[in-house]
Amino acid sequence: MSAITRDEVAHLARLSRLALTDDELDHYATQLDQIIESVAKVSEVAADDVPPSSHALPLTNVFRADEVRQSLTPDQALSGAPAVEDDRFRVPRILGEEA
Amino acid sequence: MTAGTLMPYDEALDRFEPVLGLETHVELGTKSKMFCGCKTTFGAPPNTQVCPTCLAFPGALPVANAAAIESTIRIGLALNCSIAEWCRFARKNYFYPDMPKNYQISQYDEPLCFDGYLDVEVEGKTVRIEIERVHLEEDTGKSTHVGGATGRIHGADYSIVDYNRAGIPLVEIVTKPIPGTDRLAPEVAKAYVTELREVMRSLGVSDVRMEEGSLRCDVNVSLMPRGSSEWGTRTETKNVNSLRSVERAVRSEIERQAAVLAAGGKIVQETRHFHEDTGGTTSGRSKEEAQDYRYFPEPDLVPIAPDRGWVAELKAGLPELPSVKRKRLQAEWGLSDLDMQAMHNADAIELVEATVAVGAPAADARKWWMGELARRSNETSTPLADLPITPEQIARVTELVASGALNDKLAREVLEGVMAGEGTPDEVVESRGLKIVNDEGELSAIIDQVLADNADAAEKVRSGKIAAAGALVGGVMRASKGKADAARARQLILEKLGVQE
Repeated sequence: MSAITRDEVAHLARLSRLALTDDELDHYATQLDQIIESVAKVSEVAADDVPPSSHALPLTNVFRADEVRQSLTPDQALSGAPAVEDDRFRVPRILGEEA
Repeated sequence: MTAGTLMPYDEALDRFEPVLGLETHVELGTKSKMFCGCKTTFGAPPNTQVCPTCLAFPGALPVANAAAIESTIRIGLALNCSIAEWCRFARKNYFYPDMPKNYQISQYDEPLCFDGYLDVEVEGKTVRIEIERVHLEEDTGKSTHVGGATGRIHGADYSIVDYNRAGIPLVEIVTKPIPGTDRLAPEVAKAYVTELREVMRSLGVSDVRMEEGSLRCDVNVSLMPRGSSEWGTRTETKNVNSLRSVERAVRSEIERQAAVLAAGGKIVQETRHFHEDTGGTTSGRSKEEAQDYRYFPEPDLVPIAPDRGWVAELKAGLPELPSVKRKRLQAEWGLSDLDMQAMHNADAIELVEATVAVGAPAADARKWWMGELARRSNETSTPLADLPITPEQIARVTELVASGALNDKLAREVLEGVMAGEGTPDEVVESRGLKIVNDEGELSAIIDQVLADNADAAEKVRSGKIAAAGALVGGVMRASKGKADAARARQLILEKLGVQE
């Protein structure tokens, strides 16, 4: 019984806007399955008295003061953009025709 | 875009009962963004308030803004919520160009504040709106859709994105489902958003301008047949950008759903868009795109554990809340519920309060704001608070009237002059020559002329028909262009004609 199905990988790819070929789907499904199984080994040693943890550091309440800092210039901000128009990031059509 | 059939509101309510739910987003008025130090100024040139963190450059890490956490807790406390002892941010994953990270930092099953309520007044009744949660997240960037016929996302050739807004702290306030509002559903929805806006204002946490998007509302509506106890399928209407639209969106969605259900159809759980021009809603994203956000705890931000002593301090430091303040002012000003409600609806309470604070008697302050200025506000479709006149100026005008330097008619002209940009009330009085004629010699001369021009009326008064003096006073007022003191003029007329009251 695999930890993740090929259909689930296809679903995730769709949500992530990734166009995967059939071969790639097979490939990633196998890889992800192995990763999930490896990570699941942690639960074998976690006893009932060990609560699930989301953070490695025993810290809470790390805040910054509400102070303004220098931003980038638009030129700097847009320097890595594949396409720019009117000082804005230009992106391909968001919804397809039939949507 | 389909227009769809509507069932008349009254018929819809005869057959169905609505259940409401409201999700409100409030942009906090912090100086810097939620997780970085970029400014939050509205309307800045595109992509001038962005940095590696809010643009999601590799390696950039967020740090939470302390002022935003504090404001959110204060909002929760003002809405009678419990404050989490420990909670986390969560990643809401979605691929959409309005967030460069491809996720939004939000909160999921551990909101900062939960289980509260807000009481609102509707037609003299108090309706308690239960609050499910108040959580903190970051706003998204602003997309402009280019090409296609309508400038809408559908049919656009491409989009361009400005990330100035991305990362501005955004508080989401979600109500529990609100049953039992019956025919008043649209009014309750509007009253809730209005009251919420006032709470935010009193806390000073946001400028809550719906037209600038710093207060946004999503309206959930479902219908169930009368007598049923099972709630129907709900829709969520977005793009509701004014208080009036909140009311219209609820009404139109009730009418639309009733028509669908009555024809044997089913309501699709979907996002709908409100259209300001038609007052109706149209279907938004298609249901195939069912949301799958794969939330998980945000690894880049450590948990928040608000100190109980600090929360108690924040609670003790809350300002007087708007509903409490209204009750106090109503008692102080000696107004009926109806008068107070009218002032509330006109957004005049704070203005009257401010006018009283600088020395005007409450009755006078109210008379001007609810009379002359409310009329101007309606005529020009300008909110009362945005009229080009200040409480100090109104107070000065009431002072001039009280001292006898102006009468009401002249005072109206002074207000008009101030709003026309002619200066302070005193400057307008001076430049327009609006002072009451106090010069006895001048007034006496005007009266003599009026008596000469109206010999018949003068004779009647002289022979004892004192009632006829009214016409003569009217003549003096006309001759002085309204600048005479009517009471003094009457006194002088009777004196000159040798009669007494």
